[in-house]
Amino acid sequence: MSNIVSALNQKTYADGIAEVREIGLQGMITLRGDTASTAVKSAATDVAGVDMPAPNQVNCVDQRGICWMSPDELLVLCPYETVADNLAKMRKSLDGAHALSVDVSDARAVFDLSGPHAREALAKLVPVDLSPDVFKEGMFRRSRMAQVPAAFWLHAPDTFRIITFRSQAQYAFDLLKVAVQPGSEVGFF
Amino acid sequence: MSTRLATGGRLLNKSRAVSFTFNGQHMTGYEGDTLASALLANDQMLVGRSFKYHRPRGIVASGAEEPNGLVNLGLGGRFEPNQRVTTTELFDGLTAKSQNHWPSLEFDVGAINAQMSRFMPAGFYYKTFMYPRPLWKHVYEPFIRKAAGLGAAPKERDDDTYEHFYAFCDVLVIGGGVAGLQAAKAAADTGARVMLIEQTAHWGGRAPVDGGEIAGKPVDNYVDETVAALEAMDNVTLRRRMMGAGVYDHGYVLAYERLTDHAPDMTGPRHRLWRIRAGHIVTATGAIERPLSFAGNDIPGVMLASAVRDYVTNFGVSPGDRTVVVTNNDNAYLTAIALKHAGLDVPAILDARVLPTDSALMAQAKALGIRVLMGHGVSTVMGGKRVTGVAVCSQAGEGSILETIPCDVVAMSGGWSPVVHLWSHCGGKLTWDTAQAAFKPDVDKAPTGADGKAFVTAAGSASGALLLADVLSNADAAGQAAATSTGHKTARNASAAPEASHTPEAPMAPVWLMPQGAGIKLRSKAWLDYQNDVKVSDVQLAAQEGFHSVEHAKRYTTLGMATDQGKLSNINGLAILSDSLNQPIPQTGTTTFRPPYTPISMGAIGGEARGDVFQPIRRTPMHDWHDENGAEWEPVGHWRRPYAYVRSGESTHDAVMRETKNTRENLGMLDASTLGKIIVRGPDAGKFLDMMYTNMMSTLKPGKCRYGLMCDENGFLIDDGVVARIDEHTWLCHTTTGGAERIHAHMEEWLQTEWWTWQVYVANVTEQYAQIAVVGPKAREALEHLGGMDVSAEALGFMDWADGTLGGFDVRVYRISFSGELSYEIAVPASKGQALWDALMAVGAGLGVMPYGTECLHILRAEKGFIMIGDETDGTVIPQDLGLHWAISKKKDDFIGKRGQERSHMVDPTRWQLVGLETVDGSTLPDGAYASAEGTNANGQRETQGRVTSTYHSPNLDRGIAMGLVLNGPDRMGEVLTFPGTDGKEYKAKIVSPVFYDPEGEKPNV
Repeated sequence: MSNIVSALNQKTYADGIAEVREIGLQGMITLRGDTASTAVKSAATDVAGVDMPAPNQVNCVDQRGICWMSPDELLVLCPYETVADNLAKMRKSLDGAHALSVDVSDARAVFDLSGPHAREALAKLVPVDLSPDVFKEGMFRRSRMAQVPAAFWLHAPDTFRIITFRSQAQYAFDLLKVAVQPGSEVGFF
Repeated sequence: MSTRLATGGRLLNKSRAVSFTFNGQHMTGYEGDTLASALLANDQMLVGRSFKYHRPRGIVASGAEEPNGLVNLGLGGRFEPNQRVTTTELFDGLTAKSQNHWPSLEFDVGAINAQMSRFMPAGFYYKTFMYPRPLWKHVYEPFIRKAAGLGAAPKERDDDTYEHFYAFCDVLVIGGGVAGLQAAKAAADTGARVMLIEQTAHWGGRAPVDGGEIAGKPVDNYVDETVAALEAMDNVTLRRRMMGAGVYDHGYVLAYERLTDHAPDMTGPRHRLWRIRAGHIVTATGAIERPLSFAGNDIPGVMLASAVRDYVTNFGVSPGDRTVVVTNNDNAYLTAIALKHAGLDVPAILDARVLPTDSALMAQAKALGIRVLMGHGVSTVMGGKRVTGVAVCSQAGEGSILETIPCDVVAMSGGWSPVVHLWSHCGGKLTWDTAQAAFKPDVDKAPTGADGKAFVTAAGSASGALLLADVLSNADAAGQAAATSTGHKTARNASAAPEASHTPEAPMAPVWLMPQGAGIKLRSKAWLDYQNDVKVSDVQLAAQEGFHSVEHAKRYTTLGMATDQGKLSNINGLAILSDSLNQPIPQTGTTTFRPPYTPISMGAIGGEARGDVFQPIRRTPMHDWHDENGAEWEPVGHWRRPYAYVRSGESTHDAVMRETKNTRENLGMLDASTLGKIIVRGPDAGKFLDMMYTNMMSTLKPGKCRYGLMCDENGFLIDDGVVARIDEHTWLCHTTTGGAERIHAHMEEWLQTEWWTWQVYVANVTEQYAQIAVVGPKAREALEHLGGMDVSAEALGFMDWADGTLGGFDVRVYRISFSGELSYEIAVPASKGQALWDALMAVGAGLGVMPYGTECLHILRAEKGFIMIGDETDGTVIPQDLGLHWAISKKKDDFIGKRGQERSHMVDPTRWQLVGLETVDGSTLPDGAYASAEGTNANGQRETQGRVTSTYHSPNLDRGIAMGLVLNGPDRMGEVLTFPGTDGKEYKAKIVSPVFYDPEGEKPNV
């Protein structure tokens, strides 16, 4: 349906030291439960098609993945159109287990921040050690980006995928635009 | 006069001239100049007027410690006051104006204050302007405000941008002099991640000026080689023009990088504030030379001895043709020698000491033909806007003039104080070094981290090691220690610091007043704090008047309270204080060192947070539509909600009235997406919600909704909203717009800290849904036009909800009403929100649909007597105050707030109760007005008996309506209360039922 639009409809800014792009709709399911239990683990892995990540890690291939959110919470990623089916599947497999699974795809906005300066652009906004030796592919971080909550990981070697709340999408985009402003290379990493 | 020398200037690029203006006058300098050196090269010694007495002031120092050389820099959007000339790098087109004078720098009317100075001693303002009180506000303060103050405030919006940067490292070395370089090298050799930052544009600090040799070569060679070695290491980051501003707990450091101040045409941010987490911090911040306290030591041309040789060596500038050096130590002899080598005249060195034999430096000076007068000092400096000579006296005497020596510069040195600021910021203690007469870091009392171990180490001169060889070995050890403390192993057995040699120096002798027996006349012209105009006599007066604590004396005299934070004046001031109190200096102690080391820009502190991203505005999926359709915005938390949709030719009030009438008569649409939505799920969810809400939620049937109240543990109302039961184990709780995150956290806190065995999970899904309220007599008709699900009274009764489709959208429809009208709230995934809104607007077009804003929502609910969290509640109101007893379950054993509501004060029958208020003449009561009662209280204030909590003009009733809390309100129906307004009028209102409209509730129930 053409009337389904993500928060910023894939707005892009490419004139800075890194590229900022809202990637459009990404399916997301919040799954809360005992992440050590087989029921919860397989509910997540069956839908995402990836292995369970370790704490503070993410396993993500294209639009499918699992992000470790907390000791009792996972964020399961899948293509937007498949969320309803996957939720049903998940609830079926969790039948009897105490768990909560809920569609949060529309509650979020997702950005890619990419390019050789992506690390230092993000390091202007998040209080996280983003040195290449420290923040590596596979790591997942829930933090804040300036004044709003954000979660992010390295989706590709030079690309951070960043999740924010949908209502703050415009702020996040404007913020990233400031962080990548021309001439603002830091040269730290 | 001061001028440019034909030779010298190690920091200059003489092939590139740079032009600038000072007070409108065109001047030129070279690339590499600071504004200070360029001004001196243009014979501009006078750079400003002092704060209190408007005395002429000249450049004293050559670095961050400069107290006098502050200018208004730049124009328009780049204007900035109080910029230090010694740390401002010269660039083409620089525009500077001197400050704190009127009408001109050369002729300043305010200088009359100086003539009055003996009538304006320490505490003058406190003493003089106490009485009569009203004069303070209307006469004294305006006068002082005009007289005081330094630069002008910027008038335009800042043209530049700023940013923050989060960096992490093992070892952070602050200061890029030889100590910092050696410490960084020692730390980096262990493999630790090292950052080395330097506040100026140059590595090496002042060691290259002061001479000596490192590994048999000039210091410059060592600096170049070490910088090159560090640059080649992957684990080292070197940054210049970056000042360590503050050291905080847990190895947190703020550093201030000035990116484009020296080249304003560069693109990119102007300043970057680094927020660094370091495993260990090395403060290699050097030392600052102290002035000497003699009469006239503030006359332009009196400078620090080290600054004089900096200008000669670094910038090829002669501060004057004839310089008298006055000192209590050997170090200042370097200045005399440097001046001689530059071909300038040094008529005499006045050395306050009496040495048994000539020291090596003294001998060198004498060999150059310089006259050295031991045991002598300055009685007074002659001159007004420029030094013309010195009157020489015996240091041991009272200032009798032995001879006068004409000169145009006085180079003074009272010894050196280690820069201990960063060491001290986070609790590092100091110890008194008797030999140097200075406070230095106490290595046994370093700032400590959570593990009780030191996380700051001082290195080089900052640690008290003032001589080159000591500096290097001390710094090497500091660097190694810092790296080891972060878990790195040093490959070295012992110090790998290179050998250094320098001319030996004889001990200094402390001199706090010159001459030591100076009388009051001399003491009241001997300046301690140049920027705040504090003299020796002021500190002595403070001591005499009982200000014995150094912190009190500081505040009474304002010593060290100016923008330079007393970098030059602190030690001299507290030495004078100690002397007055007859106690040793360590007993007096120092005042507190607080960040930042030197002022940093407000822009850097704000970082990116300005303009569009000043605040994270939250937008609903329909935000843009509202914006395009006349929405006037109301901030609700960080959300923006339409207050009203104003049409052209209409006032905001008109719009609100129109929307309110139309919603009652036809059809209104409200964007309700901002209301919080929290999913609560689990076998114990019902039990949990019975605790969270005052009323019973576990008995709610799936498919049904119930209005609920939430209280805190004291019983006060904190939130309300409609709860829908989704299935056996799942509830959806609506919260107020501002309450979603707060209530979600409240639930999590109880689940995690009190009831962790209960099987309940919660999730905040507020933003997953766009929610649209379709309200009014024609609401059902509108939904039927969309079609897809049965929305009839039979299929979807009042307080029911159902999933279905409307116009092809998968929706969840709640039949709930906050308006007293037939009303549906329709939820769709947020990304379809705008499409559903459009579809509803289209079908509503023939039914008179109008979107309505929050003010209409307020009036509609007030007409119905529905309470609003934040209007009827203010954190001190319990549900019982609002007549909501029906929503407080009597069947439940417990809920949060139950016990609180049973406390004696909460069951007090005199608590004010909610009632409706109807003005006698139909006018609208002022918001927040109090109802007056007879008599006065203990404070002589009028007694009150109630207050207005919500008040509006109701277009449907065509009169003012209000709600309020009133003493015994519900028992006083029909009584008329008086509400004095702030407009001088008295408003009369009758106590009525708070339900003004459709009291039987027939309208929503159709």
